[in-house]
Amino acid sequence: MSFLHDVAHWFNDPSHWRGTAGIPNRMYEHLQYSVCAMVAAIVLAVPVAVWLGHRRQFGTVAVNVSNVGRAIPSFAILVLGAQQFGLLELPVIGSFTTFLALVALAVPPLVTNAYVAVAEVSDDVRDAARGVGMTEGQILRRVELPLAVPLLMAGVRTASVQVVATATIAAFVGAGGLGRYIIDGRAIFDNTQIFAGAVLVALLSLVTEVSLGFAQRALTPRGLRAELVTARAAAVAATSVPDGKVNP
Amino acid sequence: MLLASNVDRWLWWDWIDRNTDLIWSSLREHVILTVAAVGFGLLIAIPIGIAAARWRWLYAPSLAFTGVLYTIPSLAAFALLLPVTGLTRTTAVIPLTTYTLLILVRNVVEGLDGVPAEIKDAADGMGYNRFQRLVRIEMPLALPAIMAGIRIATVTVIGLAAVAGLLAIPSLGNLIYIGQNRPIRTAITVGIVLSIALAVTADLLLALVQRLLTPWARARAQR
Repeated sequence: MSFLHDVAHWFNDPSHWRGTAGIPNRMYEHLQYSVCAMVAAIVLAVPVAVWLGHRRQFGTVAVNVSNVGRAIPSFAILVLGAQQFGLLELPVIGSFTTFLALVALAVPPLVTNAYVAVAEVSDDVRDAARGVGMTEGQILRRVELPLAVPLLMAGVRTASVQVVATATIAAFVGAGGLGRYIIDGRAIFDNTQIFAGAVLVALLSLVTEVSLGFAQRALTPRGLRAELVTARAAAVAATSVPDGKVNP
Repeated sequence: MLLASNVDRWLWWDWIDRNTDLIWSSLREHVILTVAAVGFGLLIAIPIGIAAARWRWLYAPSLAFTGVLYTIPSLAAFALLLPVTGLTRTTAVIPLTTYTLLILVRNVVEGLDGVPAEIKDAADGMGYNRFQRLVRIEMPLALPAIMAGIRIATVTVIGLAAVAGLLAIPSLGNLIYIGQNRPIRTAITVGIVLSIALAVTADLLLALVQRLLTPWARARAQR
């Protein structure tokens, strides 16, 4: 039990709560990387994917992009970025390498889920909307998007959790974030620090997951809330049932 | 301009020649980690999935629980186990196994749910008991969905097993780690190319296995 005692001691040490290497700053960096990357990825991916889903065009591409993304280790993108751009720091987004790698990581699941979420809206519902005289834009905004929310938000949630997880590895290429405690701890064989860092990262991921779960619930029309639990799992499996369809 | 030195080259055959042992052992370890994780994942997920398909109220909590496990970042999970299990395969296999559960449980349940009620009735009518019906009728019919889950889980695990390399647990990720740290760019290339190739090969092989295991699906497609 003395190990856990050491960990508690580590958290109680005031010097771990101040300065660049302090927990608040590392937490800030971690969130900075994650939030900036997610915002950029959503702006890039979701409108296009939703529009394609509405048109039901390029479905194979939209679905397969996340299969390909899955095969590339997230940390490979990070290392390649680091080789190309080194330690370039930019205002607002922080480490440029990390930003690029995280955006590249978040785009595929966002595209797939946003596309499928809209494309899977049933034909009957669309026909009914057309029948009552809605324009294409109205169908998209008032019918398809609300129905797409559970799966679309499940994609945002899955991508966010993945981004927060991978922002941990950013420390490996010299960026900041909570992963520093793990990577630095590893370099000096300090198991206490590694463990403390891992606890912080795991907590941050769980908080991300849970709070986005609430956001997803709040945004979902009441009649669809029963589908939320399975939507999450569906997003993780990211629709890659090999024939390119989600299970209905 | 100076000539690029060998360590800066993305493909330096000499290094590959001199390090074939390291490369092979990294690949082998990566395969072992993946097979172990997906194997254990199936051993855990199939009973949970069968139970959740039969007793519906179990489904939401089991997805929620495996969802929480899925959320813990792989590097953190490996690091949390490090004081307990050290720099061993076990440290990598435990989290990798838990990552497969969300996908596998879901696909087992969806697969079993997809078995048409008439077929179950027919099996009951022929005198199958619950267990026989499950093993001989429902599981084979759920196989395509389960295999789809295995494919996704396998490819995911191959990607995540690379992260274990960051903590010096042998895997293809370890080559990328070496490449970044020394630095030798060729090692990065080899690590990335082999992990992508492994993921693609595994996916194709599993697709082939699925085809062989479900001959009736092909027959139906031809009709």
